[in-house]
Amino acid sequence: MNTTFTEAVGVARPRVEGRDKVTGAALYAADVPVPELLFGAVVLATIARGRVREIDVAAVQDMPGVVGVIDHRNAPRLDPETQHFFGPDGGLLLLQDDAVPFAGRPVALVVARTPEQAEAAARALPVRYDEEPHDTAFDAAHPAGRPAMTLFDGPVDVGDVTAELAGAEVVVAERYRTPEEHCGAMEPHSATAWWEGERLQAIDSDQGPFAVARVLAALFRLEPARVRVRTEHVGGGFGSKGMCGPQLILAAMAATLFRRPVRVTLTRAQVFLATAMRPMTEQVVRIGATADGRLRAIDHAAAFEISPLSEYIEGCTELTKTLYAAPAIRTRLTAVPLDVLPPFSMRAPGAAPGSFALECAIDELAERLGLDPIELRLRNEPAVGPASGLPFSGRNLVACLREGARRFGWETRDHRPRRRREGRLLVGTGVAASSFSAGAFPSTASITAEPDGTYRVLVGATDLGTGARTALTAIAADALGTTVERIRLRISDSELGPAWGAGGSRGTTSWAWAITQAAAELRARARDPDRPVTVTADTTGSLAGLAALERHSFSAVFAEVTADPATGEVRVRRLLGMFAVGRVVNPLMARSQVIGGMIGGLSMALHEEGLRDPVSGRHVNADFAGYHIAAHADVPDVEAGFVDDHEPGIPLGIKGVGEIGNVGTAAAIANAVWHATGTRVRTLPIRLDRVLEDGVHERFMP
Amino acid sequence: MTDGTSGTIRLHVNGVTHERHVDHRRTLLDALREDLGHTGPKKGCDRGQCGACTVLLDGRRVVSCLTLAVAAEGAAVTTVEALAGDGEPAPLQRAFVRFDGFQCGFCTPGQLCSAAGMLAEHAAGWPSAVTADLSPDAPPPPLDAAEVRERMSGNLCRCGAYPSIVRAILDTAAGEGVAE
Ligand code: FES
Ligand code: FES
Repeated sequence: MNTTFTEAVGVARPRVEGRDKVTGAALYAADVPVPELLFGAVVLATIARGRVREIDVAAVQDMPGVVGVIDHRNAPRLDPETQHFFGPDGGLLLLQDDAVPFAGRPVALVVARTPEQAEAAARALPVRYDEEPHDTAFDAAHPAGRPAMTLFDGPVDVGDVTAELAGAEVVVAERYRTPEEHCGAMEPHSATAWWEGERLQAIDSDQGPFAVARVLAALFRLEPARVRVRTEHVGGGFGSKGMCGPQLILAAMAATLFRRPVRVTLTRAQVFLATAMRPMTEQVVRIGATADGRLRAIDHAAAFEISPLSEYIEGCTELTKTLYAAPAIRTRLTAVPLDVLPPFSMRAPGAAPGSFALECAIDELAERLGLDPIELRLRNEPAVGPASGLPFSGRNLVACLREGARRFGWETRDHRPRRRREGRLLVGTGVAASSFSAGAFPSTASITAEPDGTYRVLVGATDLGTGARTALTAIAADALGTTVERIRLRISDSELGPAWGAGGSRGTTSWAWAITQAAAELRARARDPDRPVTVTADTTGSLAGLAALERHSFSAVFAEVTADPATGEVRVRRLLGMFAVGRVVNPLMARSQVIGGMIGGLSMALHEEGLRDPVSGRHVNADFAGYHIAAHADVPDVEAGFVDDHEPGIPLGIKGVGEIGNVGTAAAIANAVWHATGTRVRTLPIRLDRVLEDGVHERFMP
Repeated sequence: MTDGTSGTIRLHVNGVTHERHVDHRRTLLDALREDLGHTGPKKGCDRGQCGACTVLLDGRRVVSCLTLAVAAEGAAVTTVEALAGDGEPAPLQRAFVRFDGFQCGFCTPGQLCSAAGMLAEHAAGWPSAVTADLSPDAPPPPLDAAEVRERMSGNLCRCGAYPSIVRAILDTAAGEGVAE
């Protein structure tokens, strides 16, 4: 009996793999030594639409070190019915035919003995195309636009929006735009694949080895047990590694054809060109209110680009159904198929661009009402889900707004714009509220009580830098009533059993649930003297019993910016976020997560913009020089705090912290820019020209 | 021995001399990673734009992806693996762990080498773009958060660990100042 037991959950503790990461010992996918390794270099299509007419393999076949070239003529056939997150996915079907659906689609893989030889031959490989006219010009009114899939964030139409807007004393109706954005994880996607007898083995940088292994098995028509995918340390994902990536599919093809281990690591440019991006969006938000600031209607129409190859939902209107009470709420999502890279989830998918539109519009409403934007929000707190009518499991947005306002010093703010100057700089502050849906997905975990008093905990989790490894160790220790030193946690391997991936802010919650369930079963057998003893838990049943409630994390983000009226340069001077994210498992890492999210939001607000050349249809700034992400000098000291929160019905009362930090930050900054300058920038990023030109690109409402 | 496209060179890495036959196109980064098994330095971009590959070359920070291996012959290369003396992490490394100055850890080897080089540059009196007094006999500028951010801006971190990195560096610098 351990009498000194103290809970590990709730304690700030450095990462369990911290030492490995600061000494260079942590191995990422491209670091793992594999004997007899060959290297694959990917060749991407340079046209936006058409067909491959000819790939002249003979021209490179005899170059030094070249082992072979794979293209659509000799690639292994993949199963076109393979199910992905949104159904069958043409994005996975690499090298299956001569069609080029977007610039950046892999058309060949050159395999050689060294990376230099592979790259040299890939560059030398002559690829000729028959070009067809392409369309990469996104527009919400594009004739090809059609309703988005409704797997989530489907349309709602509550009350009579038209009548409420007509009867409103104040109406804001504005159009907001966000550009193509890229996850830009620092680790480029890398996979190494080889055959071990009848089994396909892979080391891959991804966000969920179990799901990725399943997809890979389906593509290659293999029994799931014949595919194993591992991924010990992952250098960030942010959504871009949520899928079975091109690196893995191509490495598996090469290992199959050449019967040697093959490593395929995308170049940085290829990460931009061939792995998922956040789609461009165009959103119209109309809000009607009474003169005393009661909302009467919110109408939110969002459009985003998509590729005909794969379904995807950029759920921009989730927050519109969550944040504010109004008698009428209408939302709809339009997908516009274009000849572009298939978009996929990027950190806070839907919520990040959606909250930019909604929370800027709310700020514009406060301006027109002459109200404190926080007061406006407080006046429209809903008692139940504004669109669903379901009760909230908990809703601590008001606490976030109040405590954030207190820490930030909001009280003394003059709400009129362009009132503060320091030297030549204009200074302004802004706020935004946000939410992100919470929950869990089915997962399994097994725990073995060993004779020596330690516990082996196996769960198919991954740690992309979220701190999952550390959090799950603490959770397992508490659930087993032991200390973290006695927990031997293994993650990052498809063999550990079915588990949700690291995504949707549901990773840690899903895995923790499975671990606590397995621990409870093990403790129920405490009198059983047999050691070792193993129990395996599957949360599918328990999840089904979870009450249907509106479950969300909430936050309030505050920003202070300076704007230089001569250059248009905006700098963020202060950034503070207050969060209600359920019980905080490890305050040190949770802070890092939400602060990292806010910095992602800052970067979205001011810097990030994937640019496409309309003539070629190609992405033209596919590197870190052209696509700037926030660097040290862009980022002030960021503050984050947590209000007391607890998610009922979910073990430990936890919710995800991975994405909520991104949500709201861009709007808070844009609102602060207006407060500083009097200019509403409704198109991200808030570039110098957009601040200087005083909104010339805003079009009139339809 | 040299043929047209490859040759044998000596690399002094973390106090050990290695002789390797390398492709002349091979970068120092690839030589470290592929030939010598030093996978601490990371390849984030291979174009000198991210800093993940930063190592110290005769004590000065360089991006090893823009340094040819053949050009590093004769120089002393220090990677993140050697920042720890005798197996014990250095104060800077311990501070990164304590302040949680990383998440995924992929940029971390570069951040650490860059920070070590940066602290030495600062101690030697080098100014930065935010240093106010640039006169030749000015004393070293005080090392504050703005100086650290400016000097570390070649090292990107997509996880957004910047505030904790800056704190870890300042804490280390303050600790060393006291110890001196
Ligand atoms: S890999 Fe060298 S700077 Fe990015
Ligand atoms: S810790 Fe992930 S990129 Fe810096």
